[in-house]
Amino acid sequence: MTEPNWALARKRQNLEQRARITQVIRAFFNDSGYLEVETPLLIPGNAPEVHIDAVPATGGFLQTSPELCMKRLLAAGYPKIFQISHCWRQAERGSRHLPEFSILEWYQPDVDYRTPMVECERLLQELCRGELLRWQGQTVDLTGPWPRLTVAEAFARYASMSLEDALHQGCFDELLSAEVEPKLGLQQPVFLTEYPASLAALARLSPENPAVAERFELYVAGLELANAFSELSDPVEQAERFAVDESTRRKLGKSAYPSPVKFLAELPNMPAAAGIALGLDRLVMLLCDAEKIDEVVAFTPEEL
Amino acid sequence: MYSCSDLKKGLKIMIDGEPHVIAQFDFTKPGKGQALYKCKLRNMITGALFDRTYRSGESFEPAQLEERDMQFLYQDEEGYVFMDQKTYEQVTLEEVTLGDDKYFLIDNMEVKILLHGERGIGITLPNFVELEVTQADPWVKGDTAAGNNKPATVSSGYTLQVPSFVETGDVIQIDTRTGDYVTRVKN
Repeated sequence: MTEPNWALARKRQNLEQRARITQVIRAFFNDSGYLEVETPLLIPGNAPEVHIDAVPATGGFLQTSPELCMKRLLAAGYPKIFQISHCWRQAERGSRHLPEFSILEWYQPDVDYRTPMVECERLLQELCRGELLRWQGQTVDLTGPWPRLTVAEAFARYASMSLEDALHQGCFDELLSAEVEPKLGLQQPVFLTEYPASLAALARLSPENPAVAERFELYVAGLELANAFSELSDPVEQAERFAVDESTRRKLGKSAYPSPVKFLAELPNMPAAAGIALGLDRLVMLLCDAEKIDEVVAFTPEEL
Repeated sequence: MYSCSDLKKGLKIMIDGEPHVIAQFDFTKPGKGQALYKCKLRNMITGALFDRTYRSGESFEPAQLEERDMQFLYQDEEGYVFMDQKTYEQVTLEEVTLGDDKYFLIDNMEVKILLHGERGIGITLPNFVELEVTQADPWVKGDTAAGNNKPATVSSGYTLQVPSFVETGDVIQIDTRTGDYVTRVKN
């Protein structure tokens, strides 16, 4: 008789904790008046994002996020909605990345990106059952409100050049990853806000300052945990951004996605809303004190 | 040529005409930004360690090195001595070159030695090695949870995590690429 798979058996504590976490999340959103929804994992095409590559499947692609379908629900009049679903992104594999991973995504109409900030604070405080989160030797105080730091301020404080110079020299991602991110959320979680308009993705530009987008990323102990927007609901601007990103994808030789025509057609009916996607596996990492994402899923691709 | 998706720990590539090995590797992607491939590289000739981050689209020349089948003979004050079984030529590798691999060497083990000229600059071990456990806490009766673990030390002095049922005197198999416990061979 062979031995039981010890590497898998070792994950039991983390997987039990993971199950508890998803139960608390569901209770949190149900109690806050959210409706849990399920949308298809196999879709004709994803929103064309330059640096996110979908996994092709018969009949379309596996979703890279549930964003388009959830916004169609909002446009049809569904109010506060949340979903926990698997997503796939080609060739993303590292100590904090899996090509198949879990997203917790939620939307609320008639609010802007400041509302999910408060929800993140409440959710983590509830999950942690205390004010202190201990992860990999760091102690993070979860007492709210958590500080907000603009991208420009973060570069001025932590990076070797200004945000403007980084964008101009095309090294924004490198500096963000190497110099800024490791400093974010060490004592308290931090919201990195006011992304330059060129990095708006599906966020609306700030009405007061159109040079920046109403987008934030939440960092806890240097780990990027969630991305949120005041959702762009202008169909013309959305179609233009898709066209630009799709043409960039083609120039880079990446696979073409069909235009999400139904999404664009229904977008005029979508109310102003805030939306947020949170990496569930990374949340479990934080709460299990796991160094690598491998430790919080039953099977990594290599273990299958 | 290798592309970014080939990068991983242990891959050997040429940089500025010199062979380098990836000592540590991670993939990352900030926000909605582009994929970044973070490497800690070791120059295989000078031993120098440094960090470098690559972006998608870059390509890498595989390191062209002579790799020879050799047998481990013994360790002396100079380092670890290996011999080519056909030519009887001997090569000595310094302890620093071996790193943790030194814990997995067994007398007469067949290995591959990487050569730069006549100098040994790297080693490839068999993927698995069997070693005897010299120290582990006894198995507590009733501890049947399959996932429990504890530290154990093997005959080479290497310490690793093992399942709770492994005891002193057991022989265990270790994956030399990761340094992790695989299975108990005999008790």
